[in-house]
Amino acid sequence: MGRAGTIARRTFLIGSAAIAGGVAFGVWRFHTPHANPLQSDQPEGAAALTPYVLITAETITLITPRADSGQGAVSVQAALIAEELDVDLGQVATDPGPPSPAYWNTALSSDAVPFRATNDGWLAETARDLADVPMKFLGMQVTGGSTTVPDGYEKLRRAGAVARETLKSAAARVHDVPVADLRTAQGAVILPDGTRVSYQSLAAEAALTDPVTDVTLRGPKSWRLLGKPMQRIDMAAKSTGTQSYGIDIERPGMVHAAIRLNPGQGAELHGYDASEAQAMRGVKHVVELPGGVAVIADNTWRAMQAALAITCDWSPAPYPADMDGHWQALSDSFTPDAQDSRWRDDGDVDAALDDSADLEVEYRAPYLAHAPLEPLSATVLYTSERTDIWTGTQVPRFVQSNAAGITGQDADRVHVHAQMIGGSFGHRLEDAVSRHATRIAMAVPGQPVKLTYSREEDMAQDFPRQIAMARGRGRVRGGHVEGYDLGIAMPSVLASQMGRQGILAAGPDLQIVAGAWDQPFAIPQYRVTGYRAPDLAPVSSWRAVGASTNGFFHDCLLDELIHAAGADPLAERLRLCDHAPSRRVLEAVGEMSDWGRPMADGRGRGVAFCLSFGVPCAQVIEVTDTDDGIRLDRVFVAAEVGRVLDPVNFEGLVQGGVIFGLGHAMNCRITYAGGAAEQANFDRYPGMRLYQCPEIVVRGLETAEAIRGIGEPPVPPAPAALANAIFAATGTRLREMPFDGAITFV
Amino acid sequence: MQLTVNGTAYALEGIEAEMPLLWVLRDVLDIKGPKYGCGIAQCGACTVHVDGEAVRSCQIPLGDVWGDVTTIEGLGTPDAPHPVQAAWIAAQVAQCGYCQSGQIMQAAHLLADTPDPSDQQIDDAMSGNLCRCGTYPRVRAAVRLAARTMSEDA
Repeated sequence: MGRAGTIARRTFLIGSAAIAGGVAFGVWRFHTPHANPLQSDQPEGAAALTPYVLITAETITLITPRADSGQGAVSVQAALIAEELDVDLGQVATDPGPPSPAYWNTALSSDAVPFRATNDGWLAETARDLADVPMKFLGMQVTGGSTTVPDGYEKLRRAGAVARETLKSAAARVHDVPVADLRTAQGAVILPDGTRVSYQSLAAEAALTDPVTDVTLRGPKSWRLLGKPMQRIDMAAKSTGTQSYGIDIERPGMVHAAIRLNPGQGAELHGYDASEAQAMRGVKHVVELPGGVAVIADNTWRAMQAALAITCDWSPAPYPADMDGHWQALSDSFTPDAQDSRWRDDGDVDAALDDSADLEVEYRAPYLAHAPLEPLSATVLYTSERTDIWTGTQVPRFVQSNAAGITGQDADRVHVHAQMIGGSFGHRLEDAVSRHATRIAMAVPGQPVKLTYSREEDMAQDFPRQIAMARGRGRVRGGHVEGYDLGIAMPSVLASQMGRQGILAAGPDLQIVAGAWDQPFAIPQYRVTGYRAPDLAPVSSWRAVGASTNGFFHDCLLDELIHAAGADPLAERLRLCDHAPSRRVLEAVGEMSDWGRPMADGRGRGVAFCLSFGVPCAQVIEVTDTDDGIRLDRVFVAAEVGRVLDPVNFEGLVQGGVIFGLGHAMNCRITYAGGAAEQANFDRYPGMRLYQCPEIVVRGLETAEAIRGIGEPPVPPAPAALANAIFAATGTRLREMPFDGAITFV
Repeated sequence: MQLTVNGTAYALEGIEAEMPLLWVLRDVLDIKGPKYGCGIAQCGACTVHVDGEAVRSCQIPLGDVWGDVTTIEGLGTPDAPHPVQAAWIAAQVAQCGYCQSGQIMQAAHLLADTPDPSDQQIDDAMSGNLCRCGTYPRVRAAVRLAARTMSEDA
């Protein structure tokens, strides 16, 4: 029995409940279920339903609670429900639902315990199930960790199936025909005589019908939608300028706000002079905030201009002012006292390596901004009765509870209206923007205020990807890698991020070694140690989190050792790999890239591998060393996700993840000078441009039992594959990201 | 001050000549297709046509607008998309979609000037438009698809 089946048996039952004008279908939970957010008058302790399907006399609505920041989350969640419900996506509405603890994310916590994703033993299973409990009490309706598909794969299809069978049961009673003679299609029950009875017309009856919970899910062979190329439901809107994002919100009587915050993040505002700003056209109010000041004006541009005209006296940043201090703190952390974890410790590494290491190297990875193209915004209407917040967020529950803490209202008086997100990469796992917007709105009760960050404030106030350093050594014998010892030092992302939510993150931080300790290789002497650096600049989850740095460290050290051994990079990785699905992705990229084919002088190919978020992903990159610099030619990617639900969207997400990994590795860094980030806009944080984009060939493997998400796993191997390819082409080893510090890209 | 956007003439009062066209469109006229991404002509999300030319609306003060403005909304609609928009939908280019209004306006200008662009011409024309999600392979594919359909329709 696979993991999905275990969860299904132990943790959820499908039910239904009457709602105003119709019926809701969804999942209800074990232990102490959270109340149904759509039925707040429900008595204490009564059936607690997490609704995913709402049917009224007018409409069928599918609830898609995981935020869509561009990864197609709304479409895939809707398709999972629709597959079993027998509706077409064109005939239903979708809604993110209200923020609710009932929509907690099972899959996120299952990767938060130190058992390798390749370990299906009972101890690992038990630990993952226990980890669900604190996650549940936190009520985390969180989108992250590539968990939307794993979390919804079983739940959403089952909700659709129970709804379908219950509607059939209702139709059987109304029309006095045996259920066995009924079928369903396109949002209707079909009677034996061919009459179509719409789900909407059955809504009232279905609310009175005992839910049919004994359902068998359809197998992939009979799927209509899943597994086949789908048209994402947001494509037409996003291609015609009609998709509304959080930054586009308009409310009656709305005013606009801009913000200036201490560029030394978290430090105070000593004082300010806003006299010039006060006199500027359109300016209505200046509002002091913790650590900064905001301007309310009659449009965004006037507010931003006025905010820039304020003179501020800032306290110094609560972390080292310049980069030397940050790197020194990491360098000083490779000590027994700072050791955070050593979950990989095979053989006797010290005995094998202390006197006879063939290689000793150091790697570095910089802070990185998330910098999605839509700057942060939040629109807030505050009154003494209630507060409404319109914003794009991956953490609607935190937005709600923190706003309630600021206004002093009960959380159920704070209404969060989740908006489409113009990119996130982890940026919107933070809720500072809605906290500031709430404070600003309290200065003008009854009037909606839209706070829009300038690009410069968005990047200056970003909680970046962690800075990290790694030290590696190893030993080769007889043409093979025999000893591998990697130490990684970084501050704790988990502690920094949870700390901003007032949650103490106890114990070791899995992310310090994620993408390194858990790699599926059998090396005789093999050790990975995590070292916890002190808190430096505040950091946050950035696409692939710990693995975004560690995938580079782990694979590059392996590649260096393989070259030192004189072995073939692909053959030696395959020889060492002890996990069948991981071997298959390595074999796949070997075949796709025609690995053994000789390359011309000045060209090179590199392979890299990283298993992250349960997904083995291998990449081969080909580059050319031209007279003007390195050109990226082609990338071959294979990833094992168990099941590809939409091959079109899958390919796009993998290509995007590779480009994200490569672009930042080429030319992006956040550095601090005087406590402030030196990169405030895309002129100093370029990323990859279209002309630099290589051809990217993608293959999804579907041989593993567990289904996994693909948002993050393509990111970690990309920088390593590029560094390894550049070595193959030029003989230059790149050990510090970004690579433009040492080489030029065409 | 007079401004014509998507065929509609607006008389703007009380708006300073130095306000960038982007913010006039978004906050004064409530035309939200053009997006604010950087404010310094580095991302291209705000791209519109002025007198048929693709420009960064964040860099053009209202007082300097020299002709009729077309935004993504004026190019086509979900029911009647422009061939470039239809190609974008067919190729499923968008991920977050935030840059795509600008990408499409840039591509529409390219194809109006150069109906059968080479790969190099596509790279040259489209590289000022930043996509943080990494949709570049599909941007290229959609431009080629649009070029084919427009030449067949011509």
